Amino acid sequence: MDNSYLKIESDKSELFIKFYGKFDLYLISKYKKQIDSINMQDIKTVNLCLSNLDFLDTASAIFINNLQNDFLDKKVKITSPNQKISDTLKLTKDMKHTDLKSLKQDSFIDNIGKNLVLNYRSFLSFVEFFGLVFMAFLKYISSPKTIRFKEIFFEINESAIKAFFIISITSFLIGLVVAYQSAYQLKLYGANIFVVDMLGISILRELSPLITAIVIAGRSGSAYTAQIGAMKITQELDAMKTMGFDPFAFLVLPRIIALMIMMPILIFLSDMMAIFAGMIIANIDLSITTELFLNRFNEVIDIKHFYIGIIKGPFFAFLIASIGIYRGLMVKDDTQSIGFNTTKSVVESIFAVIICDAVFSIALTNLGI
Amino acid sequence: MGVVIQAKGVRTIFGDKVVHDGLNFSINEGEIFGLLGPSGCGKTTLLREIVMLQDIHGGSIDVLGYDVANINQNNAQKLRQQWGVLFQAGALFSSLSIAQNIALPLYEYTDLSKKMIDEIVKFKIDIVGLKLSDANLFPSEISGGMKKKAGLARALAMDPKLLFLDEPTSGLDPISARDFDALILKLKELLGLTIIMVSHDLQSISDTVDRAGIVDEKKIVYEGSLDNIASIDNKFIQTFFGESYE
Repeated sequence: MDNSYLKIESDKSELFIKFYGKFDLYLISKYKKQIDSINMQDIKTVNLCLSNLDFLDTASAIFINNLQNDFLDKKVKITSPNQKISDTLKLTKDMKHTDLKSLKQDSFIDNIGKNLVLNYRSFLSFVEFFGLVFMAFLKYISSPKTIRFKEIFFEINESAIKAFFIISITSFLIGLVVAYQSAYQLKLYGANIFVVDMLGISILRELSPLITAIVIAGRSGSAYTAQIGAMKITQELDAMKTMGFDPFAFLVLPRIIALMIMMPILIFLSDMMAIFAGMIIANIDLSITTELFLNRFNEVIDIKHFYIGIIKGPFFAFLIASIGIYRGLMVKDDTQSIGFNTTKSVVESIFAVIICDAVFSIALTNLGI
Repeated sequence: MGVVIQAKGVRTIFGDKVVHDGLNFSINEGEIFGLLGPSGCGKTTLLREIVMLQDIHGGSIDVLGYDVANINQNNAQKLRQQWGVLFQAGALFSSLSIAQNIALPLYEYTDLSKKMIDEIVKFKIDIVGLKLSDANLFPSEISGGMKKKAGLARALAMDPKLLFLDEPTSGLDPISARDFDALILKLKELLGLTIIMVSHDLQSISDTVDRAGIVDEKKIVYEGSLDNIASIDNKFIQTFFGESYE
């Protein structure tokens, strides 16, 4: 840096740009400013003197070549006695001759079209996935001895039993909050006892299934995506296929079945915990005794609310498990893809669960249930 | 010596890129056949097509008398039990130990007793040159070379007729690579295997391969022994097997 500088001299119609010392890519922008500030009027010949230069890197060589293009209307002379420097210049110049196709930027319309096709394809692949799941399921039913009981029980333990604690805690807190907030409002009207109706219907019918589904989607759905995605990257899935082990029978169905079996049980657990929490608040805040709470509960809460909540379980489970696994299978051969697909899996499965819940809600209400 | 694999007019397309077009070759029983070619020419794709991991878009591939493009479930299952595949990084099942990996196909496809399966597993571990003390380690606890050996042992678990190797020596140091070559030759002698391998390792190719198929420009540009390959006029063959190769 010390002895690297640029000297600009002009002699009537001739301009001398002299480079000294080293010229590397850190100096380019500094030199460019200097050169840009030259008054170019009445200059006919530009001399680029590289004779005092003892090092030139490729970026600077490209810069010097570009300078020649900038001074097209003028005569440009390059003096460089150093063989190495003229070699570098020649190297970068030769590269320019190879036809670099200019990268075409996609237009807005192009992007819409591409995204449309991409989404259409991913929709088709999702339909294909469901077809394969169904085929594998038929195979299970047609020969029950191929059912992978060991894997199913393993998954029941992994994705449901180990979730008991987190679901209990979450549901307990939700029950607590809902009861506490409604207690505050109900007290204003002296309608204390209605906290039972309120808790019973909202928790059994809507809140418990949703909370359970969301916790499971975040906990087990994402795990499915990451597990299967990693297996895809390490070619374990390919290895299974070449050994004749159908991944749908070994990995996909056991997970879906395990979750479909366990989801109603998890929802039941969630019901219990949330109502229990509500009962505590009713006792403390509204001085409704446990006995009174349970009596009222028995009177006003129809069993159908409980059944509706439980029935939703297998549907939610199917959505969560199949979206999680599908996203796992979509993982491509790079590490980015696992994170991307895991995020998508959780977002999509929670979204699907909420849509499904809305459908249930509308259908059942219209049916008068 | 019969023909075990016969490919006729294979065509593969990825998006709008044609990878193979009218590709033909045949592999005889009991030989080591090397699939070679410049990177990106579709060697591994070809291997994946032979073992039914990928569909072909035209032509046919016959493996042990079955046309893999039009094969029914039962025959596909029968075929899969007659080959073993060693993937580039071993592709061992990460939730199972080495011994469990090797034993898995035996448990799934046979009704042998546990004792018998243990015997077989021990034999396979021994034949690929792993130590019995490694049997209970998990894939994450062993080195790359050991993973390949364990993968090989798993590929050999069902005593297959065909063995597919995808870059068997890549990622190994030169000494382990030569050991692996020697192991492959030994296994071929001992078990009478037909071995199909994809490789870039020149030393390994000249040491082991009986016949080679060079994939380039969407076709097989050369098929046959390596003895007079240097006389073939092809850019890849010339740079790969030219002067430096004797």
